[in-house]
Amino acid sequence: MHGIWTMIRQRLLLGMLTLFIISAVIFGATELLPGDLARELLGQSATEETLAALREQLGLNESAPVRYWNWLTGVLHGDFGMSMATNKPISELVGTRLGNTLFLALYAAALAVPISLTLGVLAALWRNSIFDRASNALALTAISFPEFFVAYILILWLAQSGIFPSMVRMTEATTTLDFLYMAFLPALTLTLVVTAHMMRMTRAAIINLLASPYIEMARLKGMSPMRVVLRHAVPNALAPIINVVALNLAYLITGVVVVEVVFVYPGLGQLMIDAVTNRDIPVVQAIALIFACAYVLLNLLADVLSTITNPRLMHRK
Amino acid sequence: MPILFSIVVGIALFFMIGFVARALLQAFAPAHLKPTFRDTPLTACFGLSVILLYVVVAIFAPMIAPFGEGEVLGAQFLPWASPHYLGTDKLGRDMLTRLIYGARNTVGIAFATTALSFFVGSFLGIWAALAGGWLDQWLSRFVDALMAIPALILSLLLLTIFGTSVLTLILVIAAVDATRVYRLARSVAQGIVVMDYIEAARLRGEGMWRLVRREILPNAVAPLVAEFGLRFCFVFLSISALSFLGLGIKPPTADWGSMVRENATLITFGDITPLLPAGAIALLTVAVNFVVDWQLHRASGLKE
Repeated sequence: MHGIWTMIRQRLLLGMLTLFIISAVIFGATELLPGDLARELLGQSATEETLAALREQLGLNESAPVRYWNWLTGVLHGDFGMSMATNKPISELVGTRLGNTLFLALYAAALAVPISLTLGVLAALWRNSIFDRASNALALTAISFPEFFVAYILILWLAQSGIFPSMVRMTEATTTLDFLYMAFLPALTLTLVVTAHMMRMTRAAIINLLASPYIEMARLKGMSPMRVVLRHAVPNALAPIINVVALNLAYLITGVVVVEVVFVYPGLGQLMIDAVTNRDIPVVQAIALIFACAYVLLNLLADVLSTITNPRLMHRK
Repeated sequence: MPILFSIVVGIALFFMIGFVARALLQAFAPAHLKPTFRDTPLTACFGLSVILLYVVVAIFAPMIAPFGEGEVLGAQFLPWASPHYLGTDKLGRDMLTRLIYGARNTVGIAFATTALSFFVGSFLGIWAALAGGWLDQWLSRFVDALMAIPALILSLLLLTIFGTSVLTLILVIAAVDATRVYRLARSVAQGIVVMDYIEAARLRGEGMWRLVRREILPNAVAPLVAEFGLRFCFVFLSISALSFLGLGIKPPTADWGSMVRENATLITFGDITPLLPAGAIALLTVAVNFVVDWQLHRASGLKE
């Protein structure tokens, strides 16, 4: 048990370092702009006073390292600064929307992970059958579809007939059950987009193992094919499967951006698109940092989990 | 019911195009390629013919299109009827014309972006593998840091800073995508750099540029070409997504992503016209993926 904690501590430290570098990249990207940020944002016609005011507001009069330090310490205290477009504190804008986005991503994950793992195992079990070929072609097709295409097809099909709402409108009276019902189409869209990839990788991971001698031994013992796959192949295929699942969950977090816009879902993605359109740099930086954080944490989790499931990595000599 | 019907028609078309394309390929292929094409799966034949169709439409767009690209011709949102076979959009422009020009603009921009990202990414990757040492370390750690940020988020951040125009779009997506190409090119080149013939070439006194061009590139081409197809799909989808979000290619340039956005209201009335440009995007990505899948399968020698 001692080994696990050391490993988790090491990975956490590495993750913190990654996040620190990411924050530097996100902050430093504004420095790439040749010339004055304030003038770039306000255009050529801006007067000297408005420029000076904006520079003051963004803290542009100080040097970059000082600004970075102020920003970073603010973020660590939960203060992301002020939005330029709405003049509200960013933490207030982000607050509930972060919860909504996480909820949508988790909802989609809860649908996608069981479906894709089952399909992947079945495809590996019946490989080269009609089922396998059809699901493979379908998966390739689904990977290639832009999210908004899938979303609009679902709207046309399921929202036109009035089964599910095509927009997510939240009021005070919205219960969790209502919310699950309203968010079903966005969640289903995300599910369809990520399922294909997870399924294909699960299938590939298991098929890779099926060629190994110990599987042949199990078969020669007279074990049923289902049992061979479930008892012997899946446990050894867990590490790659966990990695793919985590990668796709991380993908979900960025995939929500388009889906949220289509379904007018009140989440972070939509806020980010509005901020990009208005060139509201502090908001974009804050949201980018939040998304990157989730991304890094998920990868970290995958790393730890896949190490734990593999005894050879756990008890390394 | 109409959905079921269109699925059936779609599958029938898929098989038809696939069979015809395979027959044509076998009939006209040069003798030494004939065995390759005999085992070509239907999906790949279908993919090849779709890609060919898109290329033809993109090149001859002005000749095929019945009207001008930005021409406003009459009432908005007209139904499907002659002379506007696919109706008109929200400004009264001919939908079919804009779909045809979209092939040129959207696919052209995506192709240029992918080519740029490949040029930069593979050059830097091979250079890093060849030079090694601190240059390799610095470049790789820098790319790692960029790759730790999700691609869409990083492009959105960069677009906020540099503003949204077609040129910045191309540069931003190419830069983000080049990090992925760099990774692959570097790992491929690292396998080649340790070969004896590279050492021999070095001892002969060949310079860096000649080493890259004459010794490494010819051996790295196969994996890079397969990757080009995959990267093209990613770039194409991200450009369409950004255009759909209103941050990419701007009107009046006909572009599939923004066409979906502009006409999306029609969907709530049960009209499928806005789905056509989205479908055009999907069809091309599917086609490219089918061909890449076939190539990867062939290259890996996987027969199961």
